[in-house]
Amino acid sequence: MAMALLAVLFAVIYIEAARAEYGDVVINEFSDDAGMRPVVFPHWFHRIRFRCKVCHGDLGFKFEAGGNGINMLKIIDGEYCGACHNGDVAWSIENCDLCHSGTLNTPTQVHHSTVQKLVATPEPAAEAAAEGEQ
Amino acid sequence: MSPIRAISLVIVLTVFASAVLGAGNWQPLKNDGLHDPENPAIEILQEPGEALGVLVPDSAGNKVDWVRSLQEGLIEPRPSLDGDEEPNIRDTTVLMKNTYPLFYVRFTHKPHTQWMSCEACHDRIFVPQVDANPINMGKILEGEYCGLCHGAVSFPLTECNRCHNTNPATLGREEAATGEGTQ
Ligand code: HEC
Ligand code: HEC
Ligand code: HEC
Ligand code: HEC
Ligand code: HEC
Ligand code: HEC
Repeated sequence: MAMALLAVLFAVIYIEAARAEYGDVVINEFSDDAGMRPVVFPHWFHRIRFRCKVCHGDLGFKFEAGGNGINMLKIIDGEYCGACHNGDVAWSIENCDLCHSGTLNTPTQVHHSTVQKLVATPEPAAEAAAEGEQ
Repeated sequence: MSPIRAISLVIVLTVFASAVLGAGNWQPLKNDGLHDPENPAIEILQEPGEALGVLVPDSAGNKVDWVRSLQEGLIEPRPSLDGDEEPNIRDTTVLMKNTYPLFYVRFTHKPHTQWMSCEACHDRIFVPQVDANPINMGKILEGEYCGLCHGAVSFPLTECNRCHNTNPATLGREEAATGEGTQ
């Protein structure tokens, strides 16, 4: 039984290990309801250009997916994404589809974070354990 | 096959898998399970492999060693919007010993302060004082303390030995007693 569990655990790690995770932040507090695709924010892309401090210190983004109450009014006013996506530091907000690029109905989350995976993985392990029991 | 041998074999295979398959296996955005493949703008977004493939490779997470990539100057992320500010680097380490049965954790300020300011962590996440924070692995796995960033943005929590990096047996006696690193 223990062996079966171990095998499943390592199989999970084995498959997971092969693939890069992007850890993109999905922001979908309002988008779906407004008929827009959820927003996908890629950290990997932005951290090549800016240190964490720029957004999480100077621009006041709190460390919490969906926790900043971002909406289009604030962005147009130059807050949050709008501090850069203003046609000056980066391309401006008329490029709706570049930010609103997620599959509809994807909830706010950090995609493929460890926490998210821990919630998702116990299932196969539990199944294997149940099979081992019989 | 004895259980020990079987387990060792699986570990070796896993390490092999992450080292060989791991480097550079970047899924195109179309099938990352998140982006809408119907969105015409997906063609304009940069493919991760294109941006990340030229940085220092790693075996987990983004498959990029962000610390080395920064230190070797492969990337130059701006420290402020106008870019004319020097980051405030702290070069102390803190030894955390409540880790039995794993190795101790040596937290290094330097790579962290190369990326972020003190305020990212102090005092909201950590009181800036040795042993002043009731950290444990359960809370980390729930996304608190180190787990806030590691697993979400930085290398994931499955990489136990990157944090549990200091063998108690090889520490000098004085350091082991005070719990404070020099460097
Ligand atoms: C720089 C990135 C960015 C661009 C470009 C952008 N948005 Fe948004 N938008 C956001 C974010 C972030 C939110 C908050 C998402 C949420 O919580 O659902 C948002 C929310 C929204 C919402 C729901 C909340 C609200 O304010 O009404 C609508 C509707 C919306 N955007 C429409 C648009 C349209 C239309 C465009 C193009 C003209 C656009 N957006 C361009 C980032 C962007
Ligand atoms: C260009 C801006 C930007 C940069 C640079 C940036 N972040 Fe973020 N970060 C964000 C946004 C936007 C969110 C999501 C906030 C929201 O949904 O309201 C976020 C969310 C987070 C979260 C919360 C995730 C969760 O579990 O809810 C963490 C942790 C984080 N960032 C860490 C970092 C670290 C570490 C760095 C540097 C390596 C960094 N960020 C660089 C913009 C940025
Ligand atoms: C600190 C400045 C800054 C902030 C804040 C910021 N961005 Fe960006 N973003 C950039 C820059 C610079 C680019 C690259 C622009 C270019 O290539 O011309 C970019 C590019 C992007 C891209 C395109 C990535 C690609 O694959 O080409 C997306 C999507 C994006 N940002 C979303 C967001 C969202 C959503 C937010 C707010 C939650 C945000 N950004 C906040 C600076 C910022
Ligand atoms: C991001 C860094 C980090 C990673 C990755 C990490 N740990 Fe920890 N771990 C810690 C810290 C910090 C403590 C608390 C140390 C202290 O307070 O002295 C800890 C404590 C522990 C403890 C002590 C008992 C307890 O519950 O706190 C165990 C056991 C442990 N970790 C196991 C693991 C295992 C197994 C893994 C890999 C799956 C792992 N850790 C990955 C940072 C990490
Ligand atoms: C990534 C998070 C993080 C950042 C950023 C950070 N620290 Fe810390 N700091 C810690 C942790 C974790 C400890 C250990 C706390 C414990 O032992 O409970 C610590 C401990 C300390 C201590 C007591 C131990 C020592 O090193 O003397 C001081 C003082 C301190 N930090 C100052 C700073 C200053 C100043 C900065 C900015 C230049 C900074 N820290 C940035 C996480 C951070
Ligand atoms: C606020 C975000 C944040 C917190 C909290 C945090 N880290 Fe990190 N850590 C980072 C970032 C960003 C890096 C750069 C590497 C990366 O992103 O993968 C990093 C890198 C590291 C490294 C690799 C250093 C190197 O030289 O390669 C270790 C080890 C580490 N962290 C341990 C810890 C431990 C232990 C804690 C908790 C006591 C902790 N971190 C808390 C963001 C954080």
